[in-house]
Amino acid sequence: MTATARREARRLPRQPGEVIDRDRRFEITWCGRPFPAYPGDTIVSALAASGVRAFSRSSRYHRPRGILTASFHDPGCTVQVGGEPNVRGAHRRAEPGMVVSPQGVWPSLGVDLKAVSQLVGPLMGAGSQYKTFMKPVALLPAYQQVRKRLANGGRLPADPRPACYDKRYAHPDVVVAGGGPAGMAAAVAAARAGAGVMLVEEEYELGGHLRWGGPDELAALAQLRVEVESEAGIEVLTNSVVTGRYEGNWLAIVQRPAPGGPIEAGGPQAVVERLVKARARSLVVAPGLIERPYVFEGNHRPGVMLSTAVRRLINLWAVKPGEEAVVLTANSSGDAAVADLQRAGVEVVRVVDARRGGGIVRALGPARSRRQRAREALGGGLEAVLLLGGAGGVGGVELPGGERLECDLLVTAVGWTAPTSLLDMAGDRPFYDERAARFLPGGRLAEGVLAAGGIAGDGPLDQMVEQARAIGRLAAGQRGEVPASPREGHPALFRSSTHGMVDYSGDVSSRDLVAAVREGYDSIELAKRYTTATMGPSQGKLEVANAVAVVAEATGRTMDETGTTVWRPPYAPISLGALAGPRHEPVRRSPMQAWHEAHGAEPVVEGQWVRPGHYGDPEAEVLGVRHAVGLMDVTPRGKLDLKGPDVPKLLDLVYANRWAGRAEGAVGYGVMCTEEGVVLDHGVTGRVGPAHYLMSTTPAGEATVWEWLESWLQTAHPEWKVHVTPLTAAFASIDVAGPRSRQLMERVVEGVDLSPEAFPHMEVRRGSVCGVPGCYMWRLGSTGELGYEVNVPASYGLFVWETLMDRGADLGVGAFGVEAQGVLLLEKGHLMVGQDTDGSTHPFAASLDWLVELDKHDFAGRPELVGPGRGGGHQRLVGLQPLDPALVPPEPCLIVEGEATISGRVTSSRRSPTLGRSICLGLVAPHLATPGTVVTVVLPDRTRVGARVMEHRAHFDPEGVRLRA
Amino acid sequence: MILIPCPHCGPRNASEFAWKGEHRPRPDPARASPAEWRSYLYHRANPCGWTTEVWFHRAGCRRYVTVERHTLTNEVRRAVPAGGER
Repeated sequence: MTATARREARRLPRQPGEVIDRDRRFEITWCGRPFPAYPGDTIVSALAASGVRAFSRSSRYHRPRGILTASFHDPGCTVQVGGEPNVRGAHRRAEPGMVVSPQGVWPSLGVDLKAVSQLVGPLMGAGSQYKTFMKPVALLPAYQQVRKRLANGGRLPADPRPACYDKRYAHPDVVVAGGGPAGMAAAVAAARAGAGVMLVEEEYELGGHLRWGGPDELAALAQLRVEVESEAGIEVLTNSVVTGRYEGNWLAIVQRPAPGGPIEAGGPQAVVERLVKARARSLVVAPGLIERPYVFEGNHRPGVMLSTAVRRLINLWAVKPGEEAVVLTANSSGDAAVADLQRAGVEVVRVVDARRGGGIVRALGPARSRRQRAREALGGGLEAVLLLGGAGGVGGVELPGGERLECDLLVTAVGWTAPTSLLDMAGDRPFYDERAARFLPGGRLAEGVLAAGGIAGDGPLDQMVEQARAIGRLAAGQRGEVPASPREGHPALFRSSTHGMVDYSGDVSSRDLVAAVREGYDSIELAKRYTTATMGPSQGKLEVANAVAVVAEATGRTMDETGTTVWRPPYAPISLGALAGPRHEPVRRSPMQAWHEAHGAEPVVEGQWVRPGHYGDPEAEVLGVRHAVGLMDVTPRGKLDLKGPDVPKLLDLVYANRWAGRAEGAVGYGVMCTEEGVVLDHGVTGRVGPAHYLMSTTPAGEATVWEWLESWLQTAHPEWKVHVTPLTAAFASIDVAGPRSRQLMERVVEGVDLSPEAFPHMEVRRGSVCGVPGCYMWRLGSTGELGYEVNVPASYGLFVWETLMDRGADLGVGAFGVEAQGVLLLEKGHLMVGQDTDGSTHPFAASLDWLVELDKHDFAGRPELVGPGRGGGHQRLVGLQPLDPALVPPEPCLIVEGEATISGRVTSSRRSPTLGRSICLGLVAPHLATPGTVVTVVLPDRTRVGARVMEHRAHFDPEGVRLRA
Repeated sequence: MILIPCPHCGPRNASEFAWKGEHRPRPDPARASPAEWRSYLYHRANPCGWTTEVWFHRAGCRRYVTVERHTLTNEVRRAVPAGGER
């Protein structure tokens, strides 16, 4: 027998409901060895077909773990696939060439050195994360290293995966969570009633438990599938989960790739996961029931499975789950598992019927002789270790009275958990039904949320389908009666006479929970947090009822008194990539940005704008402006067009200085404050027509100022006639600055007299530039030189820029960028809002006293500024020069007095090429603001240096002679 | 997610809006006492129940909307343009 053939020893002949395509066999790699698989196989079903029993080791004690549920939530089947960690191996479909390895095992799955923690079991008990490895405190870093080695996650790839995550907004009338028989029936009924329906199924195919049922169930499924397919109004999302329900039926749906590849084939990158945000009129919750594990000693051993796991393995993937089985059954699912096992040729050693008082005590390890026989059958060696998963697998079971049975498969069918997560998120609190021995919806649902199928009650299939159809019609907005769902009795089985695993993913046993209660954590919410039960990757789906039962037993309370833990979103895991989604941040570029980059500009990002940082030598750019003429692209400077007779009133309200009565062509500089009196923005506004003004803001302040103006116009003064239009991107804006700027402008401007008498500083004109009509020209001087800001219609921006460059070549024209502009502004002592001010800087602190006219009867922030007044106890923004002219202190170095009294900070700091020395702006305590004071600046390396407070904030040409030229 | 019934655009996700806080008309600064002004700037009722607040439909019509909302149930019983109808 070849190794490969031997590897498929557990594959059964063709099953009626199987989902594998036997014509297309391929290989996957597990622990470095090839294993056969078929399309439709999960990673785990393919490996189980070759007899692999153990897929991981548990998080705390590092015991081998096998199949428990054979579904997405199987806690022991989390594996690493290539560079992708934490893949749910019992759910993810096998694909040709997949390289799969177990997680958190070292050095290998068979021989795990970490299992040494089993020997220190007492140290790893309830609340161990709070107790052990904590003292002495000095050793904490060493303990952290140990804990890291013991951690159970997968490995992240060294390079980020080239993956595309996506978001989608949807507005279906009805979302049905769960594509089992009830969900399918509800979706069909809703669609027939005219609703647009989104049917969301966690597995790769619709059908729920019908898929692993007998001939009747398969026939019913075929019928329902036809019905769903024939309704055009139903959109089916498979391999997708409604993972959160929020206010107003706002639903988070995680959509993973459908079988056969990514969500959308084609395109540059396929989508690997998508977050669908759906606003639905109605949500039908039909997730079915989750089978509950049974708590007993050894219930963690590979080979202990739930009845649904056995039925899924046999019927979906034609995998024989074992050779000799003992079945503990308390319901029809267990009975059906027995029938399936017998049909599959598994020897059923004993059926223990809990309905007739039967029970089990504990699962046993395999007898030594038996293990030896199994190893020999597999040829011994590593191969056998790989398949048998070491010594941890189940080898027998002990019954009450001491009878022992040998088996390699122990199946339990002891009841159900209703996954009420989505209902909880809709305001419901489940209650415990003694007769049904499970939690049921409490019936306190928000409007537009309905429950259907097994979560709501029991009953035969056709009855459940009829009820679901009625619910679907209700969801679609029709009226009608919903037949009540019956509740069948079920034995209450949670724990046998021994202690075992409650939370498989967190390795929390019932013994841990009892210990927690004994230590005083006797509320379920406290015991949960103390032991971490229900807090692992399966998030309570398997273990919550057992945890409640154990705590109830330990506290002597009933299940209902103990209550359940609250289920919060997300119900199913979602990757951070899907939450983040694709990058849709808008990026703004001026029409000249391509020119800048073609001419060597270093792009810098400022807010949404990409701007030229510098063109290679910012100091030369500064000197070019000081001695010749420079051009800067200032398109991001905000431009708000204000029209209407009441504009002066608005300006008087938002600026701290006076605006009424300015002549046409006049430009004012002003500061805006919040109602708290804090500097909001500053800039110039010009009157360009009788009732027409143009306001400029800082690049970052554009949106804020627009919103601020609108708030006054819309809320406080709706009677004012003012229309605000943002024109920032409608213009391309160019600063023409330098002593030769007038010469350059004279060559290109028509219809405007540029002489200093006709067009003085702080005026605005309209005319044509380079033949482009409708341009604004502002005489401003923020660089400290004679200068003009030119606004041209954006589509002519590049033409005007290139023409200015061309016509100014003999004048020595050059471009300057953001960096040079910063130096030019700092040389002139101009503050930058947000850099030299913060959220508490009022205009006096910013030394903008001359812009605050408190004798004006009102403006935003005035009442708060009247109090502090001028020269109060606030910091002042001053010009600073380090005593060492070569030293440029980094921003924002602290200014201190004495040992550690903080008295201010350096807010801006650069080397001035004009002055050949370092220059700064800083906020200092008022008693340090006197010119000539030498303050102490602390550098990052803690050395202290002196800096002199200057008479003027402007380090260069403080009288402003040059800009008025 | 809360739906805000914008009087101009219809029901929209709260994420399209900026919450501007409780509705607080600006007192006449010439007449208001310091206590009244302080209260306008800094004091909020923050009720458990009905509250009147201002939302700005930033990613929509860019209008300020006065909304009466129940802070416990998020029910909105009234949503009108902040400065009244124009």
